[in-house]
Amino acid sequence: MALFKKKENTEEVADDLTVDIPAQPRTWEFNTKIELKDVSFGYTADKLVLRDVNLTIDKPGFYCIVGPNGVGKSTIVKCLNKINIPQKGEIFVDGVNIKDLHYKDLAQKIGYVPVFSNDTFAMSVVDTILVGRFNHTKECSREENLKKVYEAMRLLHVEGLAYKKFNEISAGQHQKVAIARGIVQETPVLILDEPTANLDVKYQVYVMEILRAIAEKRNMIVLTISHDLNITAKYAHQVIMLSKPGVIHAVGTPQEVLTKENITHVYGVNCRIIEDDQCVSNPNVDSETKVSVPHIILGEALVIDDDQ
Amino acid sequence: MPFGALPPFTEVPYLTYYDNTDSDPLLSGSVIESVNAWDQGIEGNEVQFKETVHEYVKLIRFRYLFILVCAIVIVFVSGYSLSLGAYNISFTETYYYFWNALIGTNFTVQEDITKASIIWDLRMPRVATAVFGGAALAVAGVAMQSVLKNPLADSYTTGVSSGAGFGATIVMFSGLAMTSYIPVVISAFIFAMIPTLAIIAISKMASASPTTMIMAGIGVMYIFSASTTVLMLWADPQSMADIYAWQVGSLANGGVNTQTVPIVMVCSIAGLIALWIMAGKINVLATGDESSKALGIDADKLRIIILLITGLLAASIVSFVGIVGFVGLVTPHIVRMFIGADNKYLIPASAIFGGMVMLCADQIGRVFLTTPLPVGVVMAFIGGPVFLWLILRRHKEVW
Repeated sequence: MALFKKKENTEEVADDLTVDIPAQPRTWEFNTKIELKDVSFGYTADKLVLRDVNLTIDKPGFYCIVGPNGVGKSTIVKCLNKINIPQKGEIFVDGVNIKDLHYKDLAQKIGYVPVFSNDTFAMSVVDTILVGRFNHTKECSREENLKKVYEAMRLLHVEGLAYKKFNEISAGQHQKVAIARGIVQETPVLILDEPTANLDVKYQVYVMEILRAIAEKRNMIVLTISHDLNITAKYAHQVIMLSKPGVIHAVGTPQEVLTKENITHVYGVNCRIIEDDQCVSNPNVDSETKVSVPHIILGEALVIDDDQ
Repeated sequence: MPFGALPPFTEVPYLTYYDNTDSDPLLSGSVIESVNAWDQGIEGNEVQFKETVHEYVKLIRFRYLFILVCAIVIVFVSGYSLSLGAYNISFTETYYYFWNALIGTNFTVQEDITKASIIWDLRMPRVATAVFGGAALAVAGVAMQSVLKNPLADSYTTGVSSGAGFGATIVMFSGLAMTSYIPVVISAFIFAMIPTLAIIAISKMASASPTTMIMAGIGVMYIFSASTTVLMLWADPQSMADIYAWQVGSLANGGVNTQTVPIVMVCSIAGLIALWIMAGKINVLATGDESSKALGIDADKLRIIILLITGLLAASIVSFVGIVGFVGLVTPHIVRMFIGADNKYLIPASAIFGGMVMLCADQIGRVFLTTPLPVGVVMAFIGGPVFLWLILRRHKEVW
């Protein structure tokens, strides 16, 4: 009966909704702030990987860290998770120095999926993703946790692999399972280390779109490390570019950061940038809309001095 | 604006952060649909979800079934084992006398008293030690393997066995074991804990990576093995025979009697429960250090705690029955093949299966062979080929 009422009278629907459908879409408040202040880190005392990095992230969105190999992209991310403890400087999450936070409390705020493998004693895909619900095992029943896992598996198109062993699936599928594990953690900040590695072209695009979409949907900070400048240029809200020797070279929108000068300077590769305005793919948006995205065409590598 | 601070989102359309995903021009229709479906969640009665849950429940039922079958086997084999011996007590009678001895019934007929006493005082220690010792060694193996992320980790590779071996040897060599077996047990236990403590100390000094710990364990193992060998070269023939008998591990030696059974039981049950409570954390730890730190677990600390528990557990068993191989290393692998690597089920299942294997091996050694063989030897002879066959069969399924 409630269904008929909805169609006839919109005012009554509002009443009915609260009664008939208990699962109201949650509103996702954003009140997260990550601050890095003069952070320096080195794996050995004499060689620093990061030098005085300052960064503040206080808006939801999809953030990409780009930069050449060995410049400290993963290191920054690990510092945020207390996997690396900086030699100098402080990191604050919601105003609290993470030195004073226990791993357990930090895990409530920041979800991080490293490049992980449990090949030695592989569990099924479901169990592997369920590990991501570790901090929710007390407040949620097994069915609820399974539901979250199933939703994430469906989002990443791996629900068909549910009971495959983790070591029997392909590298690209590992990647999707890893992302699903990050998503089920339901933290306001989600950090992924190269989420598109090992994925085919279709899923590179799909995963980047999904990450942008979930950041917008749930007002989250999604922070990834990325090597593909073109996909980054299209989907990132903000790009953080690192350069040698472990410093932030530029921060801003893809258009501001991914310029010819920056790319040539940071990567040592010649390039051309063209603006592509044929990229509206949303059927809900007027097809006449012009949205332009920088497209990078890479040229030859320059001989650069790597010893700096 | 300080360098490194993010500029505000600009009003250029494609850079805009869209509160409403549906109006983001860069997202394709299928992605919007998928994300909306994910955000709203699924109805509990969706067919495929129900199937997934059903499958999950089925797997769990299978795990419980596995545990149940092993438990039943233990009950029957124990009964049979209790009926063996010079004094004739039938299979069904054993349960009757065992139960009455357990609840402390005072028999009045002399025959009943004798039978109950034989069951309880002479035959029960061996059976109980087999079951609880096997369970404890198997669980210690499971935890060590998961925590050190190494399929070869067990009480051998972490040095517990060789430490215990040296401890027992030194007592037998010095002749202290002539009158009483207690010094052997105490010395074996103390020396069995040294490798574990050394591993922990070394991992505190260097980085506490699992590989470092295994390497440290193997280093300590060689030191103790060499020391034991030296003592054996110097030992007189009688001590030598004792040392040798102890080293192959047996349920027939002096460390197994009515006084020691409660200790073995308490140690193994306490260790089993402690590790079972931490099973969820062990699962997380098995996915790697970085991954577990990101999920809120202090990996280094947890690894040390678990290593200490498994060290105590293995040491407490090994010091009574001697060096029993196989059960700690191989039973976890066999159980994993059947029920998977989830420690919440793997730990109890390995305990039951380990107890079953040790009990059955002891039976086979006593019954089918004219010269009774030590339990460790029987397990290796029968378990080895079975294990190899399981490995081959599993690979056929994968390819």
